[in-house]
Amino acid sequence: MNGAQDLGGAMGFGPVRPEKEEPVFHAPWEERTLALTLAAGALGEWSIDEGRYARESLHPALYLNASYYEIWLRALERLLREKALLDAKELESGRALSPATKTRRTKLSADDARRLMANGTPYRREPSAPARFAVGSRVRAKVINPQGHTRLPRYARGKEGTVERVHGAHVFPDASARGKNEPVWLYTVAFPARELWGEGADPTLTVSIEAFEPYLEPAAPKS
Amino acid sequence: MPSCACPSEHGRVATDGYDPAARVKALEQLLVEKGYVDPAALDVIVETYAHEVGPMNGAKVVARAWTDPDFRARLLADGTAAAAEFGFGGRGGEHIVVVENTSRLHNLIVCTLCSCYPWPLLGLPPVWYKSPPYRSRAVIEPRAVLRDFGVVLPETTAIRVWDSTAETRYLVLPLRPEGTGGLSEDRLAALVTREAMIGTGLALAPARADA
Repeated sequence: MNGAQDLGGAMGFGPVRPEKEEPVFHAPWEERTLALTLAAGALGEWSIDEGRYARESLHPALYLNASYYEIWLRALERLLREKALLDAKELESGRALSPATKTRRTKLSADDARRLMANGTPYRREPSAPARFAVGSRVRAKVINPQGHTRLPRYARGKEGTVERVHGAHVFPDASARGKNEPVWLYTVAFPARELWGEGADPTLTVSIEAFEPYLEPAAPKS
Repeated sequence: MPSCACPSEHGRVATDGYDPAARVKALEQLLVEKGYVDPAALDVIVETYAHEVGPMNGAKVVARAWTDPDFRARLLADGTAAAAEFGFGGRGGEHIVVVENTSRLHNLIVCTLCSCYPWPLLGLPPVWYKSPPYRSRAVIEPRAVLRDFGVVLPETTAIRVWDSTAETRYLVLPLRPEGTGGLSEDRLAALVTREAMIGTGLALAPARADA
Protein backbone atom coordinates (compact mmCIF):
# COMPACT_ATOMS: atom_id res chain seq x y z
CA MET A 1 0.00 0.00 0.00
CA ASN A 2 1.12 3.55 -0.61
CA GLY A 3 1.41 4.24 3.09
CA ALA A 4 3.67 6.44 5.16
CA GLN A 5 6.18 3.61 5.48
CA ASP A 6 7.27 3.99 1.85
CA LEU A 7 9.77 6.77 2.51
CA GLY A 8 12.47 6.43 -0.15
CA GLY A 9 13.07 9.82 -1.79
CA ALA A 10 10.72 11.78 0.49
CA MET A 11 11.98 15.19 1.57
CA GLY A 12 11.77 17.55 4.50
CA PHE A 13 12.61 15.23 7.40
CA GLY A 14 15.85 17.03 8.21
CA PRO A 15 19.25 15.60 9.04
CA VAL A 16 19.99 12.14 10.35
CA ARG A 17 20.86 12.46 14.03
CA PRO A 18 22.85 9.53 15.32
CA GLU A 19 22.80 9.25 19.11
CA LYS A 20 26.14 8.80 20.88
CA GLU A 21 26.41 5.61 22.94
CA GLU A 22 22.87 4.71 22.01
CA PRO A 23 21.32 2.08 24.29
CA VAL A 24 19.61 -0.93 22.67
CA PHE A 25 16.33 0.12 24.30
CA HIS A 26 15.37 3.57 25.56
CA ALA A 27 12.73 2.42 28.03
CA PRO A 28 11.53 -0.86 29.54
CA TRP A 29 8.26 -0.66 27.60
CA GLU A 30 10.23 -0.88 24.35
CA GLU A 31 11.79 -4.16 25.53
CA ARG A 32 8.40 -5.62 26.37
CA THR A 33 6.90 -4.44 23.07
CA LEU A 34 9.61 -6.18 21.06
CA ALA A 35 9.35 -9.37 23.13
CA LEU A 36 5.54 -9.47 23.07
CA THR A 37 5.52 -8.93 19.31
CA LEU A 38 7.90 -11.84 18.72
CA ALA A 39 6.21 -14.13 21.24
CA ALA A 40 2.69 -13.37 19.98
CA GLY A 41 3.88 -13.78 16.39
CA ALA A 42 5.13 -17.26 17.29
CA LEU A 43 1.53 -18.35 17.96
CA GLY A 44 1.31 -18.71 14.18
CA GLU A 45 -1.82 -16.62 13.71
CA TRP A 46 -0.18 -14.13 11.36
CA SER A 47 2.87 -13.96 9.12
CA ILE A 48 5.69 -11.44 9.44
CA ASP A 49 4.23 -9.70 6.39
CA GLU A 50 0.80 -9.40 7.98
CA GLY A 51 2.65 -7.79 10.88
CA ARG A 52 4.30 -5.33 8.52
CA TYR A 53 0.98 -4.57 6.86
CA ALA A 54 -0.60 -3.85 10.24
CA ARG A 55 2.15 -1.31 10.95
CA GLU A 56 1.98 0.43 7.60
CA SER A 57 -1.82 0.57 7.79
CA LEU A 58 -1.65 3.06 10.63
CA HIS A 59 -2.78 6.54 9.64
CA PRO A 60 0.18 8.28 7.94
CA ALA A 61 0.11 11.20 10.38
CA LEU A 62 0.27 8.78 13.27
CA TYR A 63 2.91 6.59 11.64
CA LEU A 64 5.24 9.52 11.10
CA ASN A 65 4.69 10.95 14.56
CA ALA A 66 4.92 7.77 16.62
CA SER A 67 8.16 6.22 17.81
CA TYR A 68 9.20 2.93 16.26
CA TYR A 69 8.07 0.74 19.12
CA GLU A 70 4.82 2.63 19.50
CA ILE A 71 4.10 1.67 15.89
CA TRP A 72 4.89 -1.94 16.78
CA LEU A 73 2.65 -1.87 19.83
CA ARG A 74 -0.32 -0.33 18.04
CA ALA A 75 0.05 -2.90 15.26
CA LEU A 76 0.26 -5.77 17.75
CA GLU A 77 -2.94 -4.65 19.46
CA ARG A 78 -4.64 -4.47 16.07
CA LEU A 79 -3.49 -7.97 15.04
CA LEU A 80 -4.60 -9.50 18.34
CA ARG A 81 -8.02 -7.93 17.84
CA GLU A 82 -8.33 -8.83 14.16
CA LYS A 83 -7.34 -12.44 14.79
CA ALA A 84 -9.82 -12.55 17.68
CA LEU A 85 -7.24 -13.48 20.30
CA LEU A 86 -8.44 -10.49 22.30
CA ASP A 87 -11.41 -8.19 21.96
CA ALA A 88 -11.55 -4.44 22.21
CA LYS A 89 -13.07 -4.53 25.70
CA GLU A 90 -10.25 -6.69 26.97
CA LEU A 91 -7.68 -4.37 25.43
CA GLU A 92 -9.25 -1.35 27.06
CA SER A 93 -9.79 -2.94 30.46
CA GLY A 94 -6.58 -5.02 30.53
CA ARG A 95 -8.59 -7.94 31.92
CA ALA A 96 -9.50 -11.27 30.37
CA LEU A 97 -13.24 -11.40 29.76
CA SER A 98 -13.46 -14.60 27.71
CA PRO A 99 -11.52 -17.85 27.39
CA ALA A 100 -8.45 -17.96 25.13
CA THR A 101 -8.89 -18.74 21.45
CA LYS A 102 -7.14 -21.86 20.20
CA THR A 103 -4.03 -20.86 18.26
CA ARG A 104 -2.09 -22.70 15.59
CA ARG A 105 0.90 -23.05 17.87
CA THR A 106 1.01 -23.11 21.66
CA LYS A 107 2.71 -20.39 23.62
CA LEU A 108 6.45 -19.99 23.35
CA SER A 109 8.47 -21.31 26.29
CA ALA A 110 11.83 -19.84 27.25
CA ASP A 111 13.57 -22.70 25.44
CA ASP A 112 11.38 -22.25 22.36
CA ALA A 113 12.32 -18.57 22.37
CA ARG A 114 16.03 -19.43 22.42
CA ARG A 115 15.52 -21.83 19.52
CA LEU A 116 13.44 -19.36 17.56
CA MET A 117 16.10 -16.69 17.80
CA ALA A 118 18.96 -19.08 17.10
CA ASN A 119 17.33 -20.71 14.10
CA GLY A 120 15.10 -18.00 12.69
CA THR A 121 12.55 -18.89 10.05
CA PRO A 122 14.21 -19.15 6.63
CA TYR A 123 12.21 -17.68 3.77
CA ARG A 124 13.75 -19.60 0.87
CA ARG A 125 11.45 -22.15 -0.71
CA GLU A 126 11.50 -24.70 -3.50
CA PRO A 127 10.74 -22.86 -6.75
CA SER A 128 7.57 -23.94 -8.52
CA ALA A 129 8.82 -22.65 -11.90
CA PRO A 130 12.13 -21.75 -13.48
CA ALA A 131 13.44 -18.21 -12.96
CA ARG A 132 12.22 -15.79 -15.58
CA PHE A 133 15.30 -13.58 -15.34
CA ALA A 134 19.04 -14.14 -14.96
CA VAL A 135 22.00 -12.05 -13.88
CA GLY A 136 22.33 -9.29 -16.49
CA SER A 137 18.66 -9.34 -17.55
CA ARG A 138 17.21 -5.90 -18.27
CA VAL A 139 13.97 -5.47 -16.36
CA ARG A 140 11.38 -2.83 -15.58
CA ALA A 141 9.69 -2.62 -12.21
CA LYS A 142 5.97 -2.66 -12.88
CA VAL A 143 3.75 0.26 -12.07
CA ILE A 144 1.49 -1.20 -9.42
CA ASN A 145 -0.44 0.40 -6.60
CA PRO A 146 -1.88 -2.45 -4.58
CA GLN A 147 -4.15 -1.74 -1.62
CA GLY A 148 -2.46 -4.56 0.27
CA HIS A 149 1.12 -5.08 1.40
CA THR A 150 3.90 -4.81 -1.14
CA ARG A 151 7.64 -4.39 -0.91
CA LEU A 152 8.07 -2.67 -4.23
CA PRO A 153 8.89 0.91 -3.21
CA ARG A 154 7.21 3.70 -5.14
CA TYR A 155 10.49 5.26 -6.21
CA ALA A 156 11.36 2.17 -8.28
CA ARG A 157 8.01 1.64 -10.00
CA GLY A 158 8.20 2.04 -13.77
CA LYS A 159 11.99 2.24 -13.67
CA GLU A 160 14.41 0.12 -15.67
CA GLY A 161 17.32 -1.69 -14.13
CA THR A 162 19.54 -4.73 -14.37
CA VAL A 163 19.31 -8.00 -12.48
CA GLU A 164 22.46 -8.35 -10.46
CA ARG A 165 21.80 -11.27 -8.16
CA VAL A 166 19.38 -14.17 -8.13
CA HIS A 167 18.51 -15.25 -4.58
CA GLY A 168 16.37 -18.30 -5.28
CA ALA A 169 12.65 -18.57 -4.60
CA HIS A 170 11.42 -16.83 -1.45
CA VAL A 171 8.13 -16.32 0.35
CA PHE A 172 6.27 -13.61 -1.57
CA PRO A 173 5.40 -10.88 0.96
CA ASP A 174 2.43 -9.53 -1.01
CA ALA A 175 0.76 -12.98 -0.82
CA SER A 176 2.06 -13.83 2.63
CA ALA A 177 0.41 -10.67 3.99
CA ARG A 178 -2.91 -12.16 2.80
CA GLY A 179 -2.12 -15.45 4.52
CA LYS A 180 -1.09 -17.17 1.27
CA ASN A 181 2.08 -19.12 0.66
CA GLU A 182 3.25 -18.46 -2.90
CA PRO A 183 7.02 -18.63 -3.28
CA VAL A 184 8.46 -16.62 -6.16
CA TRP A 185 11.94 -15.81 -7.41
CA LEU A 186 13.78 -13.00 -5.70
CA TYR A 187 16.35 -10.79 -7.42
CA THR A 188 18.58 -7.85 -6.66
CA VAL A 189 17.85 -5.23 -9.32
CA ALA A 190 20.20 -2.26 -9.68
CA PHE A 191 19.12 1.14 -11.04
CA PRO A 192 21.38 4.04 -11.97
CA ALA A 193 20.40 7.05 -9.84
CA ARG A 194 19.57 9.04 -12.97
CA GLU A 195 16.91 6.49 -13.91
CA LEU A 196 15.32 6.88 -10.47
CA TRP A 197 15.74 10.58 -9.81
CA GLY A 198 16.32 12.22 -13.18
CA GLU A 199 18.54 15.15 -13.95
CA GLY A 200 20.75 16.27 -11.13
CA ALA A 201 21.05 12.77 -9.67
CA ASP A 202 24.47 11.77 -8.32
CA PRO A 203 26.21 10.28 -11.38
CA THR A 204 28.24 7.93 -9.18
CA LEU A 205 25.18 6.48 -7.43
CA THR A 206 23.52 3.13 -8.05
CA VAL A 207 20.57 1.99 -5.95
CA SER A 208 19.32 -1.57 -5.77
CA ILE A 209 16.15 -3.08 -4.44
CA GLU A 210 15.29 -6.67 -3.68
CA ALA A 211 12.61 -7.38 -6.26
CA PHE A 212 10.23 -10.33 -6.29
CA GLU A 213 9.56 -11.72 -9.75
CA PRO A 214 5.92 -10.56 -9.95
CA TYR A 215 7.20 -6.98 -9.60
CA LEU A 216 9.22 -7.23 -12.81
CA GLU A 217 8.70 -7.31 -16.55
CA PRO A 218 11.32 -7.61 -19.30
CA ALA A 219 12.82 -4.37 -20.61
CA ALA A 220 14.65 -3.73 -23.86
CA PRO A 221 18.39 -4.36 -23.77
CA LYS A 222 20.43 -1.27 -22.95
CA SER A 223 21.16 0.67 -26.14
CA MET B 1 23.23 14.45 29.94
CA PRO B 2 22.50 12.07 27.10
CA SER B 3 22.92 13.82 23.77
CA CYS B 4 19.93 12.08 22.34
CA ALA B 5 18.07 13.81 19.55
CA CYS B 6 15.12 11.48 19.54
CA PRO B 7 12.60 12.80 22.05
CA SER B 8 9.90 10.64 20.53
CA GLU B 9 11.67 7.54 21.88
CA HIS B 10 11.48 8.49 25.52
CA GLY B 11 8.24 7.38 27.05
CA ARG B 12 6.22 10.06 25.37
CA VAL B 13 2.46 10.11 25.39
CA ALA B 14 0.88 10.52 21.99
CA THR B 15 -1.53 13.31 21.20
CA ASP B 16 -4.42 10.86 21.32
CA GLY B 17 -3.53 10.00 24.90
CA TYR B 18 -1.96 6.68 23.95
CA ASP B 19 0.55 5.82 26.65
CA PRO B 20 2.71 2.96 25.36
CA ALA B 21 4.28 2.16 28.74
CA ALA B 22 0.88 1.69 30.37
CA ARG B 23 -0.57 -0.09 27.33
CA VAL B 24 2.19 -2.65 27.05
CA LYS B 25 2.08 -3.40 30.75
CA ALA B 26 -1.64 -4.08 30.57
CA LEU B 27 -1.25 -6.04 27.35
CA GLU B 28 1.42 -8.31 28.77
CA GLN B 29 -0.70 -9.05 31.82
CA LEU B 30 -3.66 -9.85 29.63
CA LEU B 31 -1.72 -12.10 27.25
CA VAL B 32 -0.17 -13.98 30.16
CA GLU B 33 -3.55 -14.35 31.87
CA LYS B 34 -5.06 -15.78 28.69
CA GLY B 35 -2.17 -18.19 28.24
CA TYR B 36 -0.82 -16.76 25.00
CA VAL B 37 2.62 -15.79 26.26
CA ASP B 38 5.04 -16.95 28.92
CA PRO B 39 6.87 -14.11 30.71
CA ALA B 40 9.99 -16.30 30.86
CA ALA B 41 10.10 -16.36 27.05
CA LEU B 42 9.77 -12.57 26.98
CA ASP B 43 12.70 -12.24 29.36
CA VAL B 44 14.83 -14.49 27.16
CA ILE B 45 14.04 -12.39 24.09
CA VAL B 46 14.89 -9.12 25.83
CA GLU B 47 18.07 -10.56 27.34
CA THR B 48 19.22 -11.84 23.94
CA TYR B 49 18.94 -8.51 22.17
CA ALA B 50 19.94 -6.33 25.12
CA HIS B 51 23.14 -8.23 25.85
CA GLU B 52 24.02 -11.21 23.69
CA VAL B 53 23.62 -10.11 20.09
CA GLY B 54 25.14 -6.90 18.79
CA PRO B 55 27.69 -5.26 16.52
CA MET B 56 30.52 -7.12 18.26
CA ASN B 57 29.38 -10.19 16.31
CA GLY B 58 29.66 -8.47 12.95
CA ALA B 59 33.00 -6.96 13.96
CA LYS B 60 34.45 -10.44 14.58
CA VAL B 61 33.31 -11.55 11.15
CA VAL B 62 34.84 -8.49 9.49
CA ALA B 63 38.15 -8.89 11.34
CA ARG B 64 38.35 -12.51 10.21
CA ALA B 65 37.64 -11.48 6.62
CA TRP B 66 40.46 -8.93 6.81
CA THR B 67 42.98 -11.52 7.97
CA ASP B 68 41.86 -14.71 6.22
CA PRO B 69 41.45 -14.48 2.43
CA ASP B 70 39.72 -17.86 2.22
CA PHE B 71 37.17 -16.80 4.81
CA ARG B 72 36.68 -13.49 3.00
CA ALA B 73 35.90 -15.38 -0.20
CA ARG B 74 33.42 -17.63 1.62
CA LEU B 75 31.81 -14.61 3.31
CA LEU B 76 31.25 -12.79 0.04
CA ALA B 77 30.00 -15.95 -1.67
CA ASP B 78 27.55 -16.98 1.08
CA GLY B 79 27.23 -14.65 4.04
CA THR B 80 24.78 -16.90 5.89
CA ALA B 81 27.09 -19.93 5.82
CA ALA B 82 30.20 -17.90 6.68
CA ALA B 83 28.48 -16.21 9.65
CA ALA B 84 27.37 -19.66 10.83
CA GLU B 85 31.05 -20.61 11.20
CA PHE B 86 30.99 -18.28 14.23
CA GLY B 87 27.63 -19.58 15.39
CA PHE B 88 25.97 -16.35 14.23
CA GLY B 89 22.63 -16.65 12.49
CA GLY B 90 18.92 -17.02 13.07
CA ARG B 91 16.14 -14.53 13.50
CA GLY B 92 16.50 -11.49 11.26
CA GLY B 93 19.52 -12.99 9.55
CA GLU B 94 18.21 -16.04 7.75
CA HIS B 95 19.71 -14.84 4.44
CA ILE B 96 22.82 -12.75 4.96
CA VAL B 97 24.55 -11.01 2.06
CA VAL B 98 27.91 -9.28 2.59
CA VAL B 99 29.07 -6.58 0.19
CA GLU B 100 32.62 -5.32 0.04
CA ASN B 101 33.89 -1.76 0.01
CA THR B 102 36.86 -1.02 -2.23
CA SER B 103 38.87 2.12 -2.88
CA ARG B 104 36.47 2.84 -5.75
CA LEU B 105 33.14 1.69 -4.35
CA HIS B 106 31.34 2.47 -1.09
CA ASN B 107 28.30 0.46 -0.03
CA LEU B 108 25.44 1.74 2.13
CA ILE B 109 22.56 -0.29 3.56
CA VAL B 110 19.06 1.03 4.18
CA CYS B 111 15.52 -0.27 4.55
CA THR B 112 13.34 2.49 3.13
CA LEU B 113 10.15 0.57 3.98
CA CYS B 114 10.91 -0.09 7.63
CA SER B 115 13.92 -1.45 9.48
CA CYS B 116 15.30 -4.65 7.91
CA TYR B 117 18.76 -5.21 9.33
CA PRO B 118 21.08 -8.19 9.94
CA TRP B 119 20.11 -8.89 13.56
CA PRO B 120 22.51 -11.78 14.31
CA LEU B 121 25.50 -9.68 13.23
CA LEU B 122 24.51 -6.18 14.36
CA GLY B 123 21.74 -6.67 16.92
CA LEU B 124 18.70 -4.44 16.80
CA PRO B 125 18.94 -1.36 14.59
CA PRO B 126 19.64 2.05 16.13
CA VAL B 127 16.90 4.69 16.15
CA TRP B 128 18.45 6.71 13.32
CA TYR B 129 18.41 3.67 11.01
CA LYS B 130 14.64 3.33 11.51
CA SER B 131 13.95 7.05 11.29
CA PRO B 132 12.33 8.92 8.38
CA PRO B 133 15.38 11.13 7.71
CA TYR B 134 17.64 8.16 7.02
CA ARG B 135 15.06 6.04 5.22
CA SER B 136 13.98 8.88 2.96
CA ARG B 137 17.38 10.31 2.07
CA ALA B 138 19.75 7.33 1.84
CA VAL B 139 18.51 6.36 -1.62
CA ILE B 140 18.44 9.85 -3.15
CA GLU B 141 21.29 11.77 -1.49
CA PRO B 142 23.57 9.30 0.26
CA ARG B 143 26.56 11.66 0.17
CA ALA B 144 24.60 14.21 2.19
CA VAL B 145 23.59 11.46 4.63
CA LEU B 146 27.22 10.44 4.96
CA ARG B 147 28.10 14.04 5.80
CA ASP B 148 25.64 13.85 8.72
CA PHE B 149 27.93 11.10 10.01
CA GLY B 150 31.06 13.13 9.34
CA VAL B 151 32.06 10.97 6.38
CA VAL B 152 33.20 12.65 3.17
CA LEU B 153 34.12 10.34 0.32
CA PRO B 154 36.14 11.34 -2.74
CA GLU B 155 33.84 12.33 -5.59
CA THR B 156 35.43 9.59 -7.66
CA THR B 157 34.22 6.92 -5.23
CA ALA B 158 31.06 5.35 -6.58
CA ILE B 159 28.23 4.78 -4.11
CA ARG B 160 26.02 1.76 -4.05
CA VAL B 161 22.92 1.81 -1.89
CA TRP B 162 21.20 -1.48 -1.08
CA ASP B 163 17.54 -1.08 -0.16
CA SER B 164 16.68 -4.13 1.98
CA THR B 165 13.20 -4.76 0.65
CA ALA B 166 13.20 -8.54 1.34
CA GLU B 167 14.44 -11.02 3.94
CA THR B 168 17.94 -10.82 2.48
CA ARG B 169 19.91 -8.85 5.09
CA TYR B 170 22.98 -6.88 4.10
CA LEU B 171 26.27 -6.21 5.86
CA VAL B 172 29.09 -4.02 4.56
CA LEU B 173 32.62 -5.38 4.67
CA PRO B 174 34.48 -2.11 5.25
CA LEU B 175 37.96 -1.29 3.99
CA ARG B 176 40.70 -2.35 6.36
CA PRO B 177 42.36 0.79 7.72
CA GLU B 178 45.97 1.44 6.85
CA GLY B 179 48.61 0.76 9.45
CA THR B 180 46.89 -2.32 10.85
CA GLY B 181 49.20 -4.92 9.33
CA GLY B 182 50.39 -6.44 12.58
CA LEU B 183 47.15 -6.33 14.56
CA SER B 184 45.46 -9.45 15.88
CA GLU B 185 41.88 -10.27 14.96
CA ASP B 186 40.71 -9.03 18.36
CA ARG B 187 42.49 -5.71 17.94
CA LEU B 188 41.10 -5.38 14.43
CA ALA B 189 37.54 -6.15 15.58
CA ALA B 190 37.76 -3.20 17.98
CA LEU B 191 38.16 -0.91 14.96
CA VAL B 192 34.97 -2.12 13.29
CA THR B 193 32.04 0.07 14.26
CA ARG B 194 28.37 -0.61 13.67
CA GLU B 195 28.27 2.36 11.30
CA ALA B 196 31.16 0.90 9.28
CA MET B 197 29.13 -2.27 8.75
CA ILE B 198 26.05 -0.31 7.64
CA GLY B 199 28.12 1.99 5.45
CA THR B 200 27.43 5.25 7.29
CA GLY B 201 30.93 5.10 8.73
CA LEU B 202 34.42 3.83 8.06
CA ALA B 203 36.48 1.47 10.18
CA LEU B 204 38.48 3.37 12.80
CA ALA B 205 42.14 4.14 12.36
CA PRO B 206 44.24 2.37 14.98
CA ALA B 207 45.33 4.53 17.90
CA ARG B 208 49.03 5.34 17.73
CA ALA B 209 49.76 3.13 20.71
CA ASP B 210 48.18 0.17 18.96
CA ALA B 211 49.90 0.64 15.62
